Amino acid sequence: MAVATEVKVKERPSDVETEQLATGCEAIAEAIRLADVDVMAAYPIRPYDGVMQAAAKLIANGKMDVEYIVADGEHSQFEIVKHACAVGSRVFVGSSGVGWFYAFEAIAVTAGLRLPVVAICGNRALDDPGAFGCEHNDALAVRDLGWLLCWAETAQESMDFALTGWRVAEDKRVSLPLAIGLDGAFLTHSQQIVKIPTQAAVDAFLPKFDLGDRLLHPDNPITIAPQVDQDWLMEIRMQNDQAMRNALTVITEAHAEFKRLFGRGGENPFLDEYMTDDAEIVFIGQGTLSLPMKVAIRRLRKEGHKVGLVRLKWFRPFPTADVVRSLSRFKAVGVIDRDYSFGSPYYGGVLYNEIRSALYSVPKRPTIVGFIAALGGREIEQPMANEIFQKTMAAASGDLATGDICHWIGVRK
Amino acid sequence: MSGVVKTETTSITIEVVYRGIFQKTLAQRIARSIVLAARKRGHTGTAFGRYGDSPERNGVPAKYFAVVAINDLELESSMAKYEPKVVDIAVAVDDTLVKGVESWAWYGRQPIWRPVHADGAVLVTSDKTPDEVLAQTDTAERPYTLGIVPGLASFAGLWVFKDDHTDYRVLGALAKVAPDWVRIEDVKQLIREQTKDEDAVASAQAGYDRTALRSVKVGEGTSGHEVLQFDKPGWTTMRPGIIVDARKPGERNPYYKKYGARTLRPVVNFDTCIKCTMCWLDCPDECFEVTPEGHYEVVYEACIGCGICAQVCPVKDCIVMVDELKFDDNKDKWQLWKTDHAAYNKWFEDMSGVPADPKAATAAGAAPATGGED
Repeated sequence: MAVATEVKVKERPSDVETEQLATGCEAIAEAIRLADVDVMAAYPIRPYDGVMQAAAKLIANGKMDVEYIVADGEHSQFEIVKHACAVGSRVFVGSSGVGWFYAFEAIAVTAGLRLPVVAICGNRALDDPGAFGCEHNDALAVRDLGWLLCWAETAQESMDFALTGWRVAEDKRVSLPLAIGLDGAFLTHSQQIVKIPTQAAVDAFLPKFDLGDRLLHPDNPITIAPQVDQDWLMEIRMQNDQAMRNALTVITEAHAEFKRLFGRGGENPFLDEYMTDDAEIVFIGQGTLSLPMKVAIRRLRKEGHKVGLVRLKWFRPFPTADVVRSLSRFKAVGVIDRDYSFGSPYYGGVLYNEIRSALYSVPKRPTIVGFIAALGGREIEQPMANEIFQKTMAAASGDLATGDICHWIGVRK
Repeated sequence: MSGVVKTETTSITIEVVYRGIFQKTLAQRIARSIVLAARKRGHTGTAFGRYGDSPERNGVPAKYFAVVAINDLELESSMAKYEPKVVDIAVAVDDTLVKGVESWAWYGRQPIWRPVHADGAVLVTSDKTPDEVLAQTDTAERPYTLGIVPGLASFAGLWVFKDDHTDYRVLGALAKVAPDWVRIEDVKQLIREQTKDEDAVASAQAGYDRTALRSVKVGEGTSGHEVLQFDKPGWTTMRPGIIVDARKPGERNPYYKKYGARTLRPVVNFDTCIKCTMCWLDCPDECFEVTPEGHYEVVYEACIGCGICAQVCPVKDCIVMVDELKFDDNKDKWQLWKTDHAAYNKWFEDMSGVPADPKAATAAGAAPATGGED
């Protein structure tokens, strides 16, 4: 892994920020430093281990002070930060692929306990077969548990999501854990120019973590997570449901404040639109697959096709209203899933069925086509983008049989 | 319908209250046999233990249920439940359970008759009279029939079940109070088929013949037991993060008393106590409070009666475990020892059956110590 190198210093009216050529993992490590994280727990698995190494380097170089605990496995790793969080520490953790799954008991209880652990999921295919490359099924496994879940597109956005993440997750109205999806290799291990804000600017944006009267401390005698059985459990689940609803508001507030202080973050906190103003056909997906699709869109537009892209940034809470408002403007939508859900309705991906469900009760809704693509870290190449476009255009013209609405792209026969 | 217990014409619900672990198999056998005996006349039924209980724990009250119905359709209203809200008959296979039941996974002590509807029945296995048992049972809010099935609390089951016929006697008693649902001839036939043992069949008949019934009117019983109410909070009033207030150091939980698990209680001879701290140190429930004199008094509301204090006490007969049914309340007696020493010692002797003064015991003709064999 390359050393993050300081390349440029730039004056701004209100602030001084530096630039680094950094991977997504290194950008996350910088966020850990800037957020003054108290405890992080680590256990190596590619691609998450990029953060481990980058954070260790910051500590070794005397640039960061964080309690860095190397666990004996992912389960302990997530348990360590859960407990550290309960005693009032700002925490960071993360894993990838099957490592993420090994931590799953701890992952489930962290959401139940409403502890604002911030994690990255360096997306990696689930073994077997062995594959280091990106698939979103690892992170998507938390979608029903009360974890906030977002996907970054660039190294810059990785850092920005992390800084926003602590603010949102730790907000008392939310108090839920957050998983940030970082596409393995394309984001975790690819260096880009990243703007690093000053400590003063981050301090102005990110309040100190305060658990209030939920702090586990001898001076505040509380019992956490007693056996409640059927008498209390449903009320507790409803609290989590409300916290997830509140997160929509809190994310919107944090996004506006982030934009004001740092001048980044796009128009909408939940989704980014690209060339959609006059579009008839759009693609929607998460993470870095937007990048080759934007290339395809510019090419298709030169050929006269009115196509655009909607990139979903937050998956939980699912921004239903924003998605409906955006997608109901188009004739057809091609949903690109870098995941699978074997045996699901229409054999579609996870995102496909979520979007279809969100649009079900909309009077004027687009035709929706599903694509399973780029699994195991396979790249989206332009012929694949063409195929996605052709099939979505066929759907837009009504030229599609019912059983022909979800497609695997780029699979050898 | 005939019989002592008034039931619906479509189904009957019976609960068996027992103590883990020794009566777990017993309770299950009773509940299953109720259904199987009723099956002989064409009824159907279900038997199940309360899911939230921890019947593997020694002494902890737990429940088993049997529902018998005239057909599958009528049975459905009793299915997919953790426990019936209302029962026709409650069976307690340990008479100390009439002091109330506090299950491991529930809130507060509840009277033994609590789920029994008006004109239902409470059957208790006991060697005491109905009046003696009633004197320890919560004041009745509804009329019911109290039945005493002769016998001591069963210790039939731990690793293996060694049948002491408690199950057969209880089945016979049930046939006596609810013959429309459980017929004595069906019970006997079932036992004969299962055991091929005429002694077991005779035990069922003995339970039928010898169970003493006593009508209990509203207001009969004792008001000595505390009544606990526990309000369940809503999602807007509950603290977020699955948090409940913990006790501050030195403070005891006002809701969770645990003494429902007790069949014996420790009684302390403060005169012979050498203040060695062993009981205070080893009590798993931190029941002992230090008195100004440095003695250790028992907080009976917190005591589950495990007997460890009596085991670790190095002084002979300083802590004596005594039958719980001899006591009417949970008040500590150290105040009495302070204010009226002689009265306390008399109370200690009455309850424990051992002399308060060990020298008196030796003088009264106990075998002289031979020495060297300790």
